[in-house]
Amino acid sequence: MAEEVLLFGFWGSPFSRRVEMVLKLKGIEYKYIDEDFSNKSPSLLKYNPIHKKVPVFVHNGKHLAESLVILEYIDETWKDHPILPKDPYKIANARFWAKFIDEKYLSAIWKSCTSEGKEREKAVEETSELLQFLENELKEQKYFGGETLGLVDIAANIIGYWLEIFEEAFGVELLRKEKFPKLCNWANEFVSVSAIKENLPPRDKLIAFLRNRFGVGNASK
Amino acid sequence: MAEESVKLLGYWGSPFALRVKWALKLKGIQYHYVEEDLPNKSPMLLQYNPVYKKIPVLVHDDKPLAESLVILEYIDEEWKQNPLLPIDPYERAKARFWAKFADDKCVPPVMAAFSKKGEEQERAAKEARENLKTLESGLEGKRFFGGETIGFVDIAAGWIGCWARMTGEIIGINLIDAETMPLLDAWFQDFLEVPFIKECMPPQDKLLEHNKEFHKILTAAST
Repeated sequence: MAEEVLLFGFWGSPFSRRVEMVLKLKGIEYKYIDEDFSNKSPSLLKYNPIHKKVPVFVHNGKHLAESLVILEYIDETWKDHPILPKDPYKIANARFWAKFIDEKYLSAIWKSCTSEGKEREKAVEETSELLQFLENELKEQKYFGGETLGLVDIAANIIGYWLEIFEEAFGVELLRKEKFPKLCNWANEFVSVSAIKENLPPRDKLIAFLRNRFGVGNASK
Repeated sequence: MAEESVKLLGYWGSPFALRVKWALKLKGIQYHYVEEDLPNKSPMLLQYNPVYKKIPVLVHDDKPLAESLVILEYIDEEWKQNPLLPIDPYERAKARFWAKFADDKCVPPVMAAFSKKGEEQERAAKEARENLKTLESGLEGKRFFGGETIGFVDIAAGWIGCWARMTGEIIGINLIDAETMPLLDAWFQDFLEVPFIKECMPPQDKLLEHNKEFHKILTAAST
């Protein structure tokens, strides 16, 4: 049976890239449509009238929004290379950390990058506390998912790749190797996995985009 | 199952703890309840939930879990009777979407309308009404989100009807408009009439008094 799998995304968005990473991991063929933020397509607005955002995933006419919801749907529909464990407690733990990453990290990283003076100091400290939680959660594992990539690894793509780009674009240091050795190690392993590597936006293009869009001059360290 | 193996740390006035109680009740799970004094959180709570330091926390066989929506899914997966989520992956995804929508888009403006004043309050009330109207579309004309019986989204979001009405009464602005959102209004009413839901609700007069006091404190604090 011919499956129709569509993904509306944005090349620079960690959220739509998450979906691409999992589709690649599971070997699922799909059609990709890149959205222009200033000019959202009628299809996007039709499939996600509520949030009007990417990613939007369409499978045989059934449409879904919200990246973590999409990831769980994909995992339940295509059983190869599962990203969630079988044990209910371990699944719950994975959901907890994925939710935590989404709720806390991006806004803390953003504040660290775009504020100044005392506000920036406070935001950098808050980001550091958040990173410490993840550093501790890794324990001695290769990935958050254990020996293979799991939901939390995918959700943490923001930290695995985008964080370093934000640091470079805005001239701020957040993920120090001395302080977060396990997390830094994890980030290197993460971006080396081929399903991930093939789905990372080009570094220079993303840095230029961030600087351009958010009018960054020479930000002080 | 021994009562001691399941523990719930909660607060009597919290809708987030309440929805966990509902799920446990629906599945007939015995548990030991611990009431937290929120201004003086216990060392046990801080140890079980170092990340958010909040209730509810469910502890099962000494394994703690925080975040009530995560807890609801855990309860559903660990105890299979009276399932909350459907079997079909797409229906499950829709349920997760709406539960998240209610938490992310309906609850914050209701809380903002409760705690702010003047124009900010009016804006929050407008946003709450708009998003509640959107939530209504998730019902797809059914009696409950779960169909003929209570499901995941009903347990996750049904409490909003009671709290939004109470907020409306306290602030003098109506948040649930029976004319423009008749299905949502009917759903809230039907939900709160379900016997096991009603049984777990905190006493309404005590809750109203408590929230009136809370409102006074919050609005005195905001200049």
